[in-house]
Parts: sequence; C-alpha cells; structure tokens
Amino acid sequence: MKIAALLAVILAGGMLIYAGQDLPAFGDPNSPSNQHPIVEYYINNSETESGVGNIVTAVLANYRGYDTLGETAVIFTAGMAVLLLLRRREI
Amino acid sequence: MSEIFEFIAAEYNYWIYVTLMMIGFYAMIAKKNLIKKVIGANIFQTAIFLFYISLAEVEGGTAPILMHGHDGAHAAHEVIYVNPLPHVLILTAIVVSVSTTAVALALIIKIYQVYGSIEEDVILAYRKQLAPEFSEHARQKQEGEQ
Amino acid sequence: MSGIQESVVIRTVVRIMVPFIEIFALYVIMHGASGPGGGFQGGVIFGAGIILFTMIYGIKEGKQRMSNKLSRILSSTGLSIYAGTGLLCMVFGGMFLQYNVVPLLSLDPANVSKILIDVVEIGIGITVLVIMISLFFDISPSEEDELQLSEEEEQ
Repeated sequence: MKIAALLAVILAGGMLIYAGQDLPAFGDPNSPSNQHPIVEYYINNSETESGVGNIVTAVLANYRGYDTLGETAVIFTAGMAVLLLLRRREI
Repeated sequence: MSEIFEFIAAEYNYWIYVTLMMIGFYAMIAKKNLIKKVIGANIFQTAIFLFYISLAEVEGGTAPILMHGHDGAHAAHEVIYVNPLPHVLILTAIVVSVSTTAVALALIIKIYQVYGSIEEDVILAYRKQLAPEFSEHARQKQEGEQ
Repeated sequence: MSGIQESVVIRTVVRIMVPFIEIFALYVIMHGASGPGGGFQGGVIFGAGIILFTMIYGIKEGKQRMSNKLSRILSSTGLSIYAGTGLLCMVFGGMFLQYNVVPLLSLDPANVSKILIDVVEIGIGITVLVIMISLFFDISPSEEDELQLSEEEEQ
C-alpha cells in the first residue's frame, strides 16, 4: 500500500519535473507572466485610478473587488460552518 | 556536465516546489491519520503558493508598492516592480486555504466524537461493523475493548 | 479561575505584549493603502493576539474579551460594510464597487477611491479577526472539559 503511494507520488513528481524544464528561469523579466500587458497597466495606472500606493491593495480592492468580496464571504462561511458543526449547548 | 548543473541551478525554485508537493501528496494518500492528511494538504498548498510567488519575481525588482509619494505617475518607470498579480491571487488563495483547513479540522473533531478515533482504518472497520458481516479488524478491536 | 496555570514569566510577558500586538494589527489594517498591509493580514495579527492571550489565560478569560454573541454580530458586520460600500456606489449611479462615482466631500475621484478602499479594508479586517478568534474558540475544548483535563493532569 505504501509502495503504491510512493510510486504514485514519484510518478507525479517526475511528470512535474519533466514539465518544469520549459518554465522560465527564476526572476526572468521576459517570462510570459511578466510580459503580459495587464502588469504594465496595473503598475502605471493603479495610483491615478484608485489613489493607493500599494499596487496589490489596488488590484485586490478595486480591480478585483468583487473577487475579494467573495473571498470575505468564503471566510465568513467557513466560520459559520465550523460554528454549526461544533455547536454547543450554550449557543 | 557543467551545463546540467547550470540548468539545475537556474530553475532551482521549481525543484524545491516539486519536492514539497511530493511530500504533501505522499502525506495525503499514504498516511492513515486524518490530521496528518490535513497537514499534507497544507504542505501541498504551500508548494503551490510558493510556485506562484516565484513566477512573479523579476530580477532586481522590489515589492509592488509605489515609492515616489504623490508627485505623479511618471516616476513609476524608474523603479522595477515585481509582478503584482500573482501576489493578489495568492493572498486570496491563502484565505481559502485557512478556511478549508478550519472546516476540515471541525469535521475531524466531529468524526472523533462519533467514532472515537481519527485513524482511517479504525473508522472503516467500525463502519463495517455496522453492516451485517464482521470484518477481521473489527472483531479484533471488539476483543481488545473487552 | 482558569484550569491552566502557566508560569508567572509567561503570564506577565503576554499581558505586556498583547496590547502592542493589537496596535500593530490596527496599524497594518490602516496602512493597507499606502504601504505593506491590508485587511487580511491585520485581521489575522489581531486574532493571533487574542488567541495568544486565550492560550495563556484560559478560554474563560478569553471569552470575556470576545463573547460568542459579539463575535457573531461583528463577523456579519464586517461583510456588511464591504457589501454596503459596493451598494453605496450603485446608489450614486456607478457599478457595484466602482468607488470613484461617490461624491464624498467633493474630493477628486482618486481620493474618494482611497478612502473607500480603506473602508473596505476595515470591513475585511473585522470579519477576518472575528472569524479567526471564533474558529479558535469553537475548535478548542469548552471550559468544563478544560477544567477536567487539568484536574486529570494534576492527579
């Protein structure tokens, strides 16, 4: 059983290493993810459009505000789910 | 030979994440203890977070916080910033990770209250005991209790 | 009287540290717009401060600081602040969460967005800190169980 698990893990890891050979080098500024025009747009326009200096916050709360609202709902739902699962008498 | 070493050194981050992922994956499928499975899932998630954050890295770049104060946007070109988008995605993914871990731990507490164990094989044996045919493991457990 | 008795050194250090941790957490929440920080991070730091206090002083003392009822009210309040900010933008004719349409104090749109992003961060922070604390309280054993455990340990 443990051998089968080990084999599955090594197979998955081997496939990832094989696929990882084509990935860009660490810190490569010309990699596809860093060359996408949206990155340039966020860095140049986030302060004039949303007025905050932290680009991560600008993207999080302004461009992707709906996503973050859902995220807050996720953590709220998780809290309520734990509350309902482990409900005690005093509640 | 030196080319191979150079190749390994240039992408060393990916090999670290693959190793972490293998550790987490092994803990998820091979360990019988449910808490250890959750720990494995967390290691797996951490490997993916690190992978995304490393994709955002730009050589010589700094954190994506504009440094010129409030005197216009033109100065933004002078500083190299790392890619902010993976940071945002992972910030939200970490929250999902915390939420899923919390719900998983609550479910494990419930399982412990019902079955008296968090070992997978004991739980499965107990489930079999509820069915008409008794398994070998369940009988052993019953004798052990008596 | 809590069941768990930590040493005097730990109790004193925690008593001194917790206010500073919480002030730092509020700093992180409020500086999400201009520096490193944000609602998620600050909320988790604030929750960690209360969890640290509860671990040392016991569940009962911790629940006096954050009762079940208060945590339930606050967690939905944070989410409502966020959704309410989005609806406020719709009231003034924009799209959901389109901050720059709100005529707030007749500031220019970028400054209005900055203020409303801060409001949103506070909403996220309240939800996250309360959920972190209530997760810890829900998963930890109740006061009677804790007392029973410590009595068993003493015997």
